[in-house]
Amino acid sequence: MSKLKLIIHREFIAKVRNKSFLIMTFLSPILIVVMGALVVFLMKKNDEKVKEIVYVDASGLFTKEIFKDSKTVKYQDYTALGLTETKKKVENGDFDGVLYIPKKDSLELLAKSIAFYSIDSPGMSLMNGLEARVETHLRNLKLIHFEIDLMQIKASEIASDIKMFNFSGEESSKLINGLKIAVGAIAGYLLMMFVMIYGTSVMRSVIEEKTSRIVEIIVSSVKPFQLMLGKIIGNASAGLLQFFIWGILLFVISIIVSAVFGIDMLEMQASKIPEDQLNAAKEAVNPDKLQLILQEISRLPILKLFVLFIFYFLGGFFLYSSLFAAVGAAVDNETDTQQFMLPIIAPLILGLYVGFATVMNDPHGPIATICSIIPFTSPIVMLMRIPYGVSWYELVISMALLIITFVFMVWLSAKIYRVGILMYGKKPTYKDLYKWIKYKG
Amino acid sequence: MNNLLEIKNVVKTYGDFTALNNVSLTIPRGSVFGLLGPNGAGKTSLIRIINQITMQDTGEVYFDGKLLAPNDVEHIGYMPEERGLYKSMKVGEQALYLAQLKGLSKSEAKKRLKYWFDKFDISAWWNKKIEELSKGMAQKVQFIVTVMHKPKLLIFDEPFSGFDPINAQLIAKEILQLRAEGTTIIFSTHRMESVEEMCDYIALIDQSNKILEGKLDDIKRAFRTNTFQVGLATTNPNEVEAKLKQLYAVSPADFRIINAGLKLNVTLKKGENPNDLLSFLTSQGHVQHFVELVPDVNEIFMQAVNKNS
Repeated sequence: MSKLKLIIHREFIAKVRNKSFLIMTFLSPILIVVMGALVVFLMKKNDEKVKEIVYVDASGLFTKEIFKDSKTVKYQDYTALGLTETKKKVENGDFDGVLYIPKKDSLELLAKSIAFYSIDSPGMSLMNGLEARVETHLRNLKLIHFEIDLMQIKASEIASDIKMFNFSGEESSKLINGLKIAVGAIAGYLLMMFVMIYGTSVMRSVIEEKTSRIVEIIVSSVKPFQLMLGKIIGNASAGLLQFFIWGILLFVISIIVSAVFGIDMLEMQASKIPEDQLNAAKEAVNPDKLQLILQEISRLPILKLFVLFIFYFLGGFFLYSSLFAAVGAAVDNETDTQQFMLPIIAPLILGLYVGFATVMNDPHGPIATICSIIPFTSPIVMLMRIPYGVSWYELVISMALLIITFVFMVWLSAKIYRVGILMYGKKPTYKDLYKWIKYKG
Repeated sequence: MNNLLEIKNVVKTYGDFTALNNVSLTIPRGSVFGLLGPNGAGKTSLIRIINQITMQDTGEVYFDGKLLAPNDVEHIGYMPEERGLYKSMKVGEQALYLAQLKGLSKSEAKKRLKYWFDKFDISAWWNKKIEELSKGMAQKVQFIVTVMHKPKLLIFDEPFSGFDPINAQLIAKEILQLRAEGTTIIFSTHRMESVEEMCDYIALIDQSNKILEGKLDDIKRAFRTNTFQVGLATTNPNEVEAKLKQLYAVSPADFRIINAGLKLNVTLKKGENPNDLLSFLTSQGHVQHFVELVPDVNEIFMQAVNKNS
């Protein structure tokens, strides 16, 4: 056991002392924050440029009330000038565009005939804003036409939230799905990143030992299995440390940057959402609902989430990095790894795809359920499903299968590893690997 | 127990390929044992089994009287043919790490390393990385990490390859010193001159089979041909040669000597006394050269391998 500790220690130190590791650890968060801040800064600058839009309302149904100026768009009524003249002004660059509302017999026809003219094609957020205004107004006009009291409509709006229960006592709510999606997606994505970065790091470390030929000396002192396990644990520890430092640095630097430059980091996310949608979202979150959400968050099984996250994170990493170790042992240099990498990376990517494509729409559907039980995709898919509540028997099956597969794959990889580390020269084929697995002792 | 290592009927196969076919060896305590054989004969397979890097399919290995056990690696030092150290790791740290893997405590390892580093006068390298050292310097470090845990058994695979003559001599001296202290040493090599100088026992492996094993002197004795190389200063060499041919099997010889009228290889039959040959020769002229032709290890090696194939 102490030999394993020695190996873990050496692998950890060798990894951590590596210059590129140090640079990556301290530079990446700075880069991420700086890039993020830059994006926010540019977006702010972009938003500060106010668009000037004019409208020509031939129908006479629209008023200045409907085209209220917003932070980014100013509206002017040029109905008096007529469309042809206004268009000329737009062409001259006096305005950013002209909205033309023709006179039509019916509202339906009108809704389809409104046009927007500009030199450059307008951005999505501008068009969404215009459409939202026009649609709301036309709807209101129709309601009035049907003699429905607008005040009553407003008063009849009610917040409803159907709570969902399953028979294992898990409770969920549609409202909090966004949060669950975020938690699941971040967890799944983190795991994939971690496996890709540190799995290949395990592989590289095996190849390095092979090319420097020290491996034969090491395995004359320790079992190849110990060496492999030591490498995996050592690299995982270095990786966790790096993630931990990244987390702290990102947090600290964000605070510093936002303090110095006055950029709200939350805006980095928020600014991606068009203003009107943001407002709509804000409206939806009335105090009642906010309280509901807070209740939901407090009801999320945080401890369970955390424990399962650790389990699947480490289980997934160990499963995959043992495969990476076997690949490293099988080849002489990194260029030869390609042919063996695809079958390792494919299930990882599949897991992420399944996670994003199916879990979010139907967290307990057949594909999501199956993929969260199959060991190669389960770490990612299950991590994404857990926030939605997964029945205990599915969890037990999935975890048990992961452990069994993990032990089996480590055993299998150790066999390939044991033979591979002492093989030089020939680039092995899958047939060779199969033969190595069958070697005794 | 006079034998440190006993290998009994070891078989090792890789798929369809048999690397070791029922090989048995006995390695006496305190000896230098030469494990000889052409490339691909199975030497490295055998060494890896002794080092427990791989396991034999069948057969047993006894170390110090007991079946070879995992902890025995602490009493074995192994220098593989392909030398290797962590290139970007510092010399001292690396040696400490490898010593600890061999079961030494950190403080003990430090003490031993200091002794060896002083002995080889390389203490200044402690904080250098291996990649900063020359090949010869790295070889010295390699030797130290092989022997520092005072193993009972040392295994050197082609120990002198890669060493320059001065370092090779230094290492040879250290190896003989270790033997004097009671260490048993296995040499795996196909460089025969070093075998002649250092080995007490040899075993020859060819095509997965052991074809020869024993004390070097005994083997040489077994391979003697009873042939004598003679040089005679005589006035009538043709007459003497004719007479010799009647008595013995004679063939022309090629060696360098001054003043010899007659140069011949004379092969005695079993039971014939070389003294009779010598007295016959002295009666015919001045004997200037009389040497028994004993095959060197190289010739034994070639003969045995040829006979085997």
